[in-house]
Amino acid sequence: MTPTSTPPAVSAEIPRISRREALQWVMTASATLALMPNSLSAADSAAPVTAKPYGTDPLLNHTYKPGDLWPLTLSADQRLTVSALCDVVLPADDRSPSASSVGVPDFIDEWISAPYPNQLRDREIILNGLASLDADSKKRFNGSFAGLEAAQKTTLVDTLASAEKDKTEAAKPASFFTTFRDLTLTGFYTTPAGMKDIGFIGNMPLTRFPDPPREVLEKLGLV
Amino acid sequence: MPFVTSSKTQTQYDVIIVGSGAGGGTSAYVLALAGVKVLMLEAGRNYDPIKEPAMFQTPAQAPLRAASTPDKHFGFHDATVDGGWTNPGEPYMTRRSDKPADTFHEAKDYVAFGTKQEWIWWRPRMLGGRTNHWGRIALRMGPYDFKPKSRDGLGLDWPFQYEELAPYYDKVESLIGVWGTNEGLENTPNSPNGTLLTPPRARVPELLIKKHAAKLGVPVIPSHMAILSRRLNARKVAANLHPDHPEAQRISAEEMNKRQACFWSTPCGRGCNIKANYQSTTVHLPPALASGNLDVVTDAMVRAVSVDENGKATGVHYVDKKTRQDVHVKARVIILAASGCESARILLNSKTERFPNGIANSSGKVGRYLMDTVGAGLNGQIPALENLPVFNDEGAGGSMHSYVPWWLYKEQLAGKLGFARGYHIEIGAGRQMPGAGSFTFMDSVAPGSYGRQLKADARRYYGSTIHLAGRGEMIPNDNSYCEVDPERKDAWGIPVLRFRFQWSEHEVKQAAHMHQTFKDIISAMGGRVLGTPQTDGNKAIYPGGGIIHEVGTTCMGADAKTTVLNPYCRAWDVKNLFVTDGGPFVSNADKNPTLSIMALAWRTCDHVLAEMKRGNL
Repeated sequence: MTPTSTPPAVSAEIPRISRREALQWVMTASATLALMPNSLSAADSAAPVTAKPYGTDPLLNHTYKPGDLWPLTLSADQRLTVSALCDVVLPADDRSPSASSVGVPDFIDEWISAPYPNQLRDREIILNGLASLDADSKKRFNGSFAGLEAAQKTTLVDTLASAEKDKTEAAKPASFFTTFRDLTLTGFYTTPAGMKDIGFIGNMPLTRFPDPPREVLEKLGLV
Repeated sequence: MPFVTSSKTQTQYDVIIVGSGAGGGTSAYVLALAGVKVLMLEAGRNYDPIKEPAMFQTPAQAPLRAASTPDKHFGFHDATVDGGWTNPGEPYMTRRSDKPADTFHEAKDYVAFGTKQEWIWWRPRMLGGRTNHWGRIALRMGPYDFKPKSRDGLGLDWPFQYEELAPYYDKVESLIGVWGTNEGLENTPNSPNGTLLTPPRARVPELLIKKHAAKLGVPVIPSHMAILSRRLNARKVAANLHPDHPEAQRISAEEMNKRQACFWSTPCGRGCNIKANYQSTTVHLPPALASGNLDVVTDAMVRAVSVDENGKATGVHYVDKKTRQDVHVKARVIILAASGCESARILLNSKTERFPNGIANSSGKVGRYLMDTVGAGLNGQIPALENLPVFNDEGAGGSMHSYVPWWLYKEQLAGKLGFARGYHIEIGAGRQMPGAGSFTFMDSVAPGSYGRQLKADARRYYGSTIHLAGRGEMIPNDNSYCEVDPERKDAWGIPVLRFRFQWSEHEVKQAAHMHQTFKDIISAMGGRVLGTPQTDGNKAIYPGGGIIHEVGTTCMGADAKTTVLNPYCRAWDVKNLFVTDGGPFVSNADKNPTLSIMALAWRTCDHVLAEMKRGNL
């Protein structure tokens, strides 16, 4: 499978047993992507991650916010770029708000600031990708990405996205676009607004497990 | 005074139980309710199954959307703490496929699939052990599974038949509560009428799988899960379990009445503070503690069993992790239930002049016949499941409502498959709560999509993926074992284990057959496979230990020369020493081992009680 930034495909949609399968991809990703620091990279110029991991016995029944467990990374300018790009990836529409309005940039910042191998790998990809996006933006449109017109943003993101469409599954490296999109999807669809948008109903106690709507069974030829 | 510190233990107990999981929990329940004074030693910390679980927390309330990390291998909200594929301060050694043969390396990987380690060892260090983690899949072994060698000439036979263990399966199912149906299928035993609880309806994707798998001759039936689909009839169950013991009936029923029925939400693996599913800390330990006959010491890392000059066990030595003191506690009977490999480690580390190779090891078989379950899986994306109307299909605990029992017994016996033992299929599907990485599969099905289109794609594809996982039988072999490393010690000064592990052609071909079956089912549904179906089973199969079903390391049998334990799981060499974890298993059928561990432990403890009564212990 594609090396990805997060425990992959269907991992949370399926029982714990199969989560093991899902985790294989994280493993593959971390094994194949060596952390090769580029001496000129944006990731290098950010402060190194020195925070402590949360350990093997953290308090589970508790609500954490990005920044609670380790310091965040993004500068004000980087945050603007992340917010703008999040909202190109998942903009507001008539069903749900934009990614930036439900805290996805905070989540991405938390992710790339975490003291764990997969996150340190993504830190390189994201920070370098943001720098490169802003550089392209300045070169082509004479301004930082966050300040561009919608059509200009689309032009730049189209270039990144179209490269993904042409790749075969096996040959895909963990590109900036794919990594950023995966993080945005994870960040957004784990919020109440995102769950509502895709139609997840659950995480609530019921006295009985309700039958599926007849419409569903009919559609599937199960009546 | 149930939870005690080392300094508050009694000078002498009737029985010491090492371990607090399925085997230790069952042992404590049976013995304490029968009036025996028991001390339980748990290597990990105490755990409160009511207050600690993060049952309704959403991923957004956890760091990193609850993604797996080197600290929490199964995700942040997984109930297991201080445990996993690596344990700080407690290394183990294994051979690696990318290193020279006959060299051992410290195991460091925290993800099973894809590791180069020959063996990957998952250890919980908390009260309740692996029962905090397990999938609650509760399958009986069948008649063939006890006599595999007689059937196909491979492996070893158990020293008794299915009928011997059947009454104990009945007891275990009654007490812990298992839903399922009696289907009368080959080697898939029925339970007595009224024992099983009514299963919930199948999830919608499971119904669709059933419809299309039928075309391939693959049966899909209700799962057997240790989850209460309704509350237990406590008075009746307790009366049946303890017919001559009113006090035991009262205690058992009282604790049983504290269990609620499943509310069809939240993953079982986070723990269940309404006690709807089985875990040792909510089902076995409360009545055992309420009897007043059980003391528990946690953070007690047992290193050895002590024996006297006659070769009789006198107690155990443990390291109190809090004080780092070496403590000795005494009992008439010692029961090891520390997990297959950990119990073998304790026996091997119990060296004396009289037993230079460890105790209970005159056969040389302690640590041998190490088995895990064969595992392989594939994901599929099913267009028919796209864009369904919104509805609640979450169901019980992230656990499957339907599964596929092995269906090719006759073809296999006729030699048509090329591998000797079967597998069942576990189904993952349904409209579950999204978590970290839930939409990464869209890199395959909607590459490059962004903007309003990406939102439309997410709506379209959510709930349209299924996961099929094969869980198959491994045949014991001479190349799979654990032994004590001659040099390395853990943080407590206890010599560590090192592992060798090899699958045989039977398991490798079985894994390839799994992938072919999954591909066929996904195709029959009109879906596409996500990932690569492998024709080479070596590329599909999990590493040894990856399914967390370690059994066989203290095997039982009818012959003292070739086995460690007698047919009552009593050490041939040490007459007051018993094992009640997965170690006594002679084979490892595809029926996940936990239910059988509990049935076997109950039978062993009944024997201990009878022998105590006869004055033989």
